[in-house]
Amino acid sequence: MAVSHLECKECKAQYPLEALYVCERCFGPLEVAYDHSRLGRDVAELRRRIQGGPQNIWRYADFLPLAGGPPGPSGRLASRVGLPAGCTPLIRADRLAARLGLREVWVKNDAANPTHSFKDRVVSVAVTRARELGFQTIACASTGNLANSVAAHGAALGLESYVFIPADLEEQKVLATGVYGTKLVAVNGSYDDVNRLCTELCAERDWAFVNINLRPYYAEGSKTLAFEIAEQLGWELPDRCVVPVASGSLFTKIAKGFQEWRELGLIEGESFPRMNGAQAEGCAPVASAFAAGQEVCRPVKPSTIAKSLAIGNPADGPYALDLARRTGGSVDAVSDDEIRAGIALLAQTTGIFTETAGGVTTAVLSKLAARGDIDPDERVVLVITGEGLKTLDAVRGTFETHAVEPTVEAFEAGVPEAVAV
Amino acid sequence: MAVVVKIPTQLRGAAEGTAETEIDGATVQEVLDGLFARFGELRERISNEDGSLRRFVNVYLAGEDIRFLDGLATPVPDGVELTILPAVAGG
Repeated sequence: MAVSHLECKECKAQYPLEALYVCERCFGPLEVAYDHSRLGRDVAELRRRIQGGPQNIWRYADFLPLAGGPPGPSGRLASRVGLPAGCTPLIRADRLAARLGLREVWVKNDAANPTHSFKDRVVSVAVTRARELGFQTIACASTGNLANSVAAHGAALGLESYVFIPADLEEQKVLATGVYGTKLVAVNGSYDDVNRLCTELCAERDWAFVNINLRPYYAEGSKTLAFEIAEQLGWELPDRCVVPVASGSLFTKIAKGFQEWRELGLIEGESFPRMNGAQAEGCAPVASAFAAGQEVCRPVKPSTIAKSLAIGNPADGPYALDLARRTGGSVDAVSDDEIRAGIALLAQTTGIFTETAGGVTTAVLSKLAARGDIDPDERVVLVITGEGLKTLDAVRGTFETHAVEPTVEAFEAGVPEAVAV
Repeated sequence: MAVVVKIPTQLRGAAEGTAETEIDGATVQEVLDGLFARFGELRERISNEDGSLRRFVNVYLAGEDIRFLDGLATPVPDGVELTILPAVAGG
């Protein structure tokens, strides 16, 4: 494997590949560094190697931070042990594009993962690394989707798990976590309170908190979204990506994935996608800092229906701001009503029912199109990270149901526009 | 005014292994100055040259992020806990 060491993103200090996440010298975040020289420069062979891999994220094992390669004793079948994520559909959304006055929009539907969100990618990587490091217990601080994924991966791999969530989470996300037999802890506070508590707990326990002490490995899992988009587009990059922003990790790691493959020559062309971040107005620390021209985010107290994005103190905020500016993108925010409209727009033009976070992303795409930011010739990818069945309150009462008795007369009386002529 | 300062594991190497310590001070700034007076190496680890906190450092007074209070100027009640934590967790 090409994984080399951990490196501080701020001061470049190097650390061994252990359960570390903070630079002791400057408190900056640690990130995984690779040495890809062993992979060689034969691009056609590299592509064949990827295409010959399993239909899940382990086809990208050469670019992931595992010492022992894909999980399982050996071979392609074995890499399907556990709860393999990835290889989700990239769908050309012509009806959505037409509605927005655009020519080419693709939807990356990451609700099509084992627990119905992109979190299965990051958790697969973190939990596999946790097992390599000898941990017996996995844990997380979650806004909901991560809770589902950690609980399910714990069950699939026979690891004990502790899942910490804010007490006011959507019922669907609570139920879809507890069912896996995890130890579910509902904290009386916001996600940022949960995160602080878990950061304190992490220091005193021999647990793998996937998004705290395993965070450098966990975050790398998001690169597989970029790899898949590029592979599905025929080894090309889109012109623009619209991605939801909570901590900023997914947003920045998708760009890192594109960048790594560009450097390895796996991707055709020279241009880099414009990266657009999407937040809810009720929790928009990154969008606010972007608009104000600031380099750091001022934390906020979230109040939005997009609970999976309700991180008031985003860990990767400064990097998300830098990425949006560097690529000619932006970070925009939309209201709760726009989020509901975004869910409906995506559902009614693509047949994909997304959760509130996907409503945020779709609404930001609408906003960018309406503002004239997007050249009609651009190829745009909309990253949909989660499933609508997990946030049902967002669509309750938004449409009419025709209640009728089981007779033709009652039907025709109740639904007059459907009367046979 | 004495408060209990909780030092994260990543900084304990620069604090003689101390996990928590009592420091006198009327504001967060004074408490941090007292902490730096006791463990000199901590200053450069979590502070910028202008005295502001580095951007990946979170400081909580009784569980509340000091940026929701008065920042470094926030008054500290006697006996309360001041917690220093890395900001790079979560998401």
